[in-house]
Amino acid sequence: MSASIALIPGNRQAYEAPSTREPIWVKGGLIAIALTFFAIFLLLPLATVFSEALRKGWGAYAAALIEDDAWSAIRLTVLAAAVAVPLNLVFGVAASWAIAKFEFAGKRVLITLIDLPFSVSPVISGLIYVLMFGAQGWFGPWLHAHDIKIVFALPGIVLATVFVTFPFVARELIPLMEAQGSEEEEAAVVLGASAWQMFRYTTLPSIKWGLLYGVILCNARAMGEFGAVSVVSGHIRGQTNTMPLHVEILYNEYNYAAAFAVASLLALLAIVTLGLKTLVERQTRRQTHEKSTLTGE
Amino acid sequence: MAPLKRYSPLPGFSLAMGYTLVYLTLVVLIPLTAVGAKTMTLGWEAFWAAVGNPRVVASYQLSFGASLAAAAINVVFGMVFAWVLVRYRFPGKGLVDALVDLPFALPTAVAGIALATIYAENGPVGGVLRSFDIQIAYTPNGVLLALVFIGLPFVVRTVQPVLADLEKEVEEAAAALGASRGQTFIRVILPHIAPALLTGFAMAFARAVGEYGSVIFIAGNVPMVSEIAPLMIITKLEQYDYAGATAVASVMLIISFLLLLLINALQGRMQQRQTSEA
Repeated sequence: MSASIALIPGNRQAYEAPSTREPIWVKGGLIAIALTFFAIFLLLPLATVFSEALRKGWGAYAAALIEDDAWSAIRLTVLAAAVAVPLNLVFGVAASWAIAKFEFAGKRVLITLIDLPFSVSPVISGLIYVLMFGAQGWFGPWLHAHDIKIVFALPGIVLATVFVTFPFVARELIPLMEAQGSEEEEAAVVLGASAWQMFRYTTLPSIKWGLLYGVILCNARAMGEFGAVSVVSGHIRGQTNTMPLHVEILYNEYNYAAAFAVASLLALLAIVTLGLKTLVERQTRRQTHEKSTLTGE
Repeated sequence: MAPLKRYSPLPGFSLAMGYTLVYLTLVVLIPLTAVGAKTMTLGWEAFWAAVGNPRVVASYQLSFGASLAAAAINVVFGMVFAWVLVRYRFPGKGLVDALVDLPFALPTAVAGIALATIYAENGPVGGVLRSFDIQIAYTPNGVLLALVFIGLPFVVRTVQPVLADLEKEVEEAAAALGASRGQTFIRVILPHIAPALLTGFAMAFARAVGEYGSVIFIAGNVPMVSEIAPLMIITKLEQYDYAGATAVASVMLIISFLLLLLINALQGRMQQRQTSEA
């Protein structure tokens, strides 16, 4: 602690209190501002989704969810995420292994390129696939001649979803693996572990929480993506509508209760995502704490 | 010349790197060059016809103007949030900390219809504001509001860790040397968190410029008044005007790229000054 306190023995509170703390009205005011902003900007939208969804009662709520078009939208959303998330998971592990465990030229450039999909508007993310595979696109005539549909069909939706969720897993893993260093893996290799054994028994246990978090975020975005998917989907009801697109159609038809009913499922997904995130953060903190007490750092 | 890759006893570099490069090229790089390639084939006249159109110009002004304003508002409130979460204890703090990320996790279309409902003339907040003659939904105010919602976590989450790492001793030293609390904040704390604030600003801004789902429902999409640039791309695509859509998109990409470059340079200078002072 600072020496100034030792100069005034027994008078620590009186000395420190006015100097490094805000007056009580500042503190109270700041908390009040934050809580008000929180209530209006974050809590109210969330509460609105559920109250509007249940406005016409549970019967109407359930009916809106088991209706054919809603059900096919749910299936399509799950299918798109089921393809996009594993693809980006494998990529994320490969990219973070190469980037975090090795030193090579051009590393910064590679990281910037991996982050690129985050800085592109979702609408432009959809547009690029229309430009490639659409009727007037690069491969358009060829695809048409072979009767393959990509844009306004399932493959386009999957491609757009893969693009917008591309960086999530890599982004979580790169800083985590960089912080952990590679001593444990080097020890495993020196002791004769095969590449797979090294990964399975040293790398995977220490990155599992970060990996899980990346997958959760990736999945949430995959299921909730609207702009990119909207451009490539073609909005064919019951066929190429994902859940967010179905919400849009119902809302534009003034069918608010049904729109919010489908939206409430997506809001639940968001709440589960945030809950898991909080849990994972707690686990990582415990893990790093255990590690630092073990090594005496 | 330095070697391209430093030696390491670990296996799997070629495989991981090769896979990364192939996948990155196929999924991101080739599709993105499609925008550039398509713009090149346009020719100046067609390009200007699309980009110089008054409706498109108005949408650029709204998108970039509202995004700058929203990011500035986020800097102020984001700093309050980060400060309160790091420094104070209060009931409900855990909930606030967890839900700050809601705009990341909530699908944009869901946020969009919820905000439109709340701020519509017959909505819970919109109704109150109407009696004060303030209209939010279906005006540029609605666009700004949605962009503030979407950008808040960027500032909070970049400032929070920096503020938590700030050593108390520095503030104590400032106080011991006779600085008031306000002086300590402006001359000691603020310079320390300024780069993080700027990063948060840049991230919130970049996200806001491209944002689509949370904005279109509350914006009302009145031509020349409340149409955002991404909506112009969608409108042109719906008319099968691929060339026009690409032109609008390429200008958006270039302007946001230049602005981010500028902010990056500013940030570099700020950090340089800080290290030279220290």
